Amino acid sequence: MAINWFKYSAPTTFYGLAGKLIPWFAIPAVILCGISLYIGFAVAPVDAQQGEFYRIIFIHVPASILSMFLYMIMAGYAALGLIFNTRLSSMMASAMAPTGALFAFISLWTGALWGKPMWGAWWVWDARLTSELILLFLYLGFIALHASIDDPRRADRASALLAIVGSVNVPIIYFSVKWWNTLHQGSTIKFSGTSMHIAMQQAMFTMLAACWMYAIVMTLMRVRSIILERERHTKWVTELPEVQQ
Amino acid sequence: MKKLSLPGLLVLVVRRDLVLAMRRRADVLTTLIFFVMVVSLFPLGVGPEMDMLRKMASGVLWVAALLSSMLSLGRLFSADYLDGTLEQMMLAPQSLSMLVLGKMVAHWMVSGLPLVLMAPVLGVQFDMSANALGVLILSLLLGTPILSMVGAIGAALTLGLRGGGVLLSLLVLPLCIPVLIFGTGAVEAISAGLTVVPHMSLLGALLLLALVFTPWVTAQALRISME
Repeated sequence: MAINWFKYSAPTTFYGLAGKLIPWFAIPAVILCGISLYIGFAVAPVDAQQGEFYRIIFIHVPASILSMFLYMIMAGYAALGLIFNTRLSSMMASAMAPTGALFAFISLWTGALWGKPMWGAWWVWDARLTSELILLFLYLGFIALHASIDDPRRADRASALLAIVGSVNVPIIYFSVKWWNTLHQGSTIKFSGTSMHIAMQQAMFTMLAACWMYAIVMTLMRVRSIILERERHTKWVTELPEVQQ
Repeated sequence: MKKLSLPGLLVLVVRRDLVLAMRRRADVLTTLIFFVMVVSLFPLGVGPEMDMLRKMASGVLWVAALLSSMLSLGRLFSADYLDGTLEQMMLAPQSLSMLVLGKMVAHWMVSGLPLVLMAPVLGVQFDMSANALGVLILSLLLGTPILSMVGAIGAALTLGLRGGGVLLSLLVLPLCIPVLIFGTGAVEAISAGLTVVPHMSLLGALLLLALVFTPWVTAQALRISME
């Protein structure tokens, strides 16, 4: 039995598949988010050192993880699009960028909200904060370059190259910022070595799963819009029931 | 047409770009004047206390060098792109990476080297010690070529776009952060009585990495932009 592995690598077929997949990720996203909020606010105990403020990490940590992972996945898709000239990969890359930028922003924002009561400052030039900020810049550069090129194919390829260069640079930036910071001063505050309470872990990991689901849903929804926009002159798009209405 | 040897090609491209730059000396000078101005604005902005200025000097000079190299990057390919020379260069049966490397070298000689030569004068304005000045010049000497080379990728990607200049800075500045960190770190290390070897080694490593990869990446970027 021969399976056609590449059936869904065409925008035509993937459009339908993405539409069917969205509810399968959207519903778990909502449920997991609800569970996480319940555990995070009702079950997890108050932290001995940080009081109620620590609850921000339930969204802060997943957002940071997602912002970094999404950049690497985005660069991977962009590289696939550049190397094999597959249109869908490039569309996926550009569909992911806004969600990644959003998570980077949420991570910075919640970090600032946490930093004010804990460190007494909205912003500290800590290595992690700084590299997260640079990651946001990289996302914005990707989006800006893509948006300023009119020809979608050239935009895909140019921003793919930028994403690849960026992903090669990410480790260099991370370590340089880390060394830069340790040169000035030791890390101001570290997550204490004590193991987290089990309910805290549960709240954080369910939120992480919810964020993954959310990111997938948003990417699929956005990629469907991109497919429709780019293929609007083709016959199959004009025959779609939602287009004909 | 005779195929040039790679070094021959490099010399040819560098010479051509230098001659072109000498014919348009104002462009070279504006970058340099911009550099001097940005550096001179800082004491006016933060106050004339020498202690603070001495601490800030390396950072200010490095950031100003970064900004002024952004300013001149837009011109790296645009003139050749507009008059069609770039297209001919890409059609030529020569290594495009080598051609690009030649343009990078010429760009650095025109916009990076003058900054390095100007830096000691500005450093004296900030009351830097002789040791720190020496390290600053060395770090600029190692670092500014990286700015030209990484910047060339951005310049190739934004070729012929509206608002290319601002976009170029948006793309390239984050990628240049390691250079800034190690460059200023070296000066701070010598001021604190530490060794500068790690910073200089890292800068040198970045320079070699950039030298190997950026010409090829820039050539790819040019192919994407020109197709």
